[in-house]
Amino acid sequence: MSVISIARSKKQKTRWGEIVRRLEHGDVIFRALTVIAGVLVIGVTAAIGYELWQNSALPREKFGLAFLTGTNWDPVAEDFGVLPFLYGTVQTSLLALALAVPIGLGIAIFLSELAPPWLRQPIGFVVELLAAVPSVIFGLWGLFVFVPVFVKPLGQLLNQSVGWLPLFEGPVFGPSRLAATLILTVMILPTLVAITRDVFLAIPSSQREGALALGATQWEMITQNLIPYGLSGILGAVILALGRAMGETIAVTMVIGNNLDLSASLLHPGYTMASLIANEFTEATTDLYREALIEIGLVLFGLTLLVNIIARVLVWRVARRIPTEARA
Amino acid sequence: MQSTVSLLRLAPRDTARNYRTRRIVNRVMLVLCGLAALIAILPLLWILTYVLQRGVRVLTPEFFTHLPTPVGVPGGGIVNAIVGSAIVVGVACLIAIPVSLTAAFYVYARPNTTLGILIRFSTDVLSGVPSIIMGIFAYTVIVLTQGHFSALSGGFALAVIMTPIVLRTTEEMLKLVPKTLREGSLGLGAPDWRTSLQVLLPAAFAGVLTGIMLGIARVAGEAAPMLFTAFGNPFFSTALDQPIATLPHQIYVYAISPYADWQDKAWGTALVLIVLVLGLELIARGVAAWQHRKLHAR
Repeated sequence: MSVISIARSKKQKTRWGEIVRRLEHGDVIFRALTVIAGVLVIGVTAAIGYELWQNSALPREKFGLAFLTGTNWDPVAEDFGVLPFLYGTVQTSLLALALAVPIGLGIAIFLSELAPPWLRQPIGFVVELLAAVPSVIFGLWGLFVFVPVFVKPLGQLLNQSVGWLPLFEGPVFGPSRLAATLILTVMILPTLVAITRDVFLAIPSSQREGALALGATQWEMITQNLIPYGLSGILGAVILALGRAMGETIAVTMVIGNNLDLSASLLHPGYTMASLIANEFTEATTDLYREALIEIGLVLFGLTLLVNIIARVLVWRVARRIPTEARA
Repeated sequence: MQSTVSLLRLAPRDTARNYRTRRIVNRVMLVLCGLAALIAILPLLWILTYVLQRGVRVLTPEFFTHLPTPVGVPGGGIVNAIVGSAIVVGVACLIAIPVSLTAAFYVYARPNTTLGILIRFSTDVLSGVPSIIMGIFAYTVIVLTQGHFSALSGGFALAVIMTPIVLRTTEEMLKLVPKTLREGSLGLGAPDWRTSLQVLLPAAFAGVLTGIMLGIARVAGEAAPMLFTAFGNPFFSTALDQPIATLPHQIYVYAISPYADWQDKAWGTALVLIVLVLGLELIARGVAAWQHRKLHAR
């Protein structure tokens, strides 16, 4: 490089001549275009935050931080509080995560450690296809098949056996937070599996050989060596999946039952922040109402942003060299 | 190191029994892992068979060529939603592909400059933002300015969702092209832009195409941002500044309606959408596998 630039500077007569020569070359234009496109990507990201902030000024002024703690959502009286939906989002996504993590880890272990090679590709492929199924089709299936066939009986069973827990209080509804939780569990599995499998595959085989040589069983090798070794990558995958679950909209809207009340029970219908926006946005007739919904979007944006940044830092730390999937 | 210590902790007092328990635990847990894999396959099969079974009943040639009928009127189709989806996704591609390809070249060439890091960070953030937020963004930027819902705003929302997918895959694919190709081209005196467009891009073409197809497959199924951007339209429309029907949104509308014949149509529409999306996904994977083999055959 330096040889070239020295040669260049010797040829260069005037500054103007240099500029013309470079333009003829075309590189300056190309570089400028790539810079513009890059800045555009950054700009759009910033603009999303800016627009959400700018377009939620009315409720931010009127309610302040009470918006986050208010339990009343009354468009007629123009009183807006987001707590029931914040709770719905956190409850469904955390529970979905609690269910999906052991299953997802199991699949990733199966795919990277146990399955015979001829089985790895097909199963990995099926998991990837699961990620490609559109959310609205999950919702359709959930609404007409999954909820009546599986969720409602399960809810009744839970209510009868452990109904004294506030979490499983009756009466039992089909479309409920439980339905949303279970649908989310299925939907975030592919994210979890794809990343944790890559993390496992990136662990050097000397780790495995060492543990096995010391007399560990395969399971001990996995829990005592592989999981601690890849822990930050796995944590990253978990948190990324959490972000997924919190932002999932249409499928949740279709099975959660859409109820404004704050209730602890999983068997009751509810709302998440995303599903409330989806359901009410086009009905928002007043400016304050619409901007309150946009402010929910702002809260959701903030939450997912936080979650994603944490996840990226963790994943980057461990898996900087693994080519990650585009959808990861 | 740590694991050595924890293995020592297991050091046997009653060796034989200890060993037997450990082996049983091992067996049980490994079988459970296999079962977990089964759990992942189950929902996909369940969804696919159900959509196929319920959807096929609705599919007639008329379903692809006619407009939706009002409740209770038999027949009717989803031609407006098929065309609408094509238009909205087309708009998304026109916006997203040039921007993300060009930006990918910057990130490829200088990933560790401030701008490069910022672009990569933005890409990560964008890919994590829920699609409904993109809908709100398109709403505030385009719908509020125009004063009404439009196909354009829907396409814009989808473009924002698509950008990080295409950008990331393109960057990864460019990185897979052997460095020697680039050096060879530069060494022969080709300027950077020629090298990029006529050497790197063709070499990574199949991979880039894969990224684009995956992006299309992803956004073609998005219903959430369509709710208040493209909005849906019971009539045939190809105008960019008018509301327009899309397949996923149509499924949503049909599914949550209380009418049995509309719900049937939801399954038919779902079958059309899932065949399109999974088909694209399969082709994309096929292209990727082919590219992989080509690169490794060298």
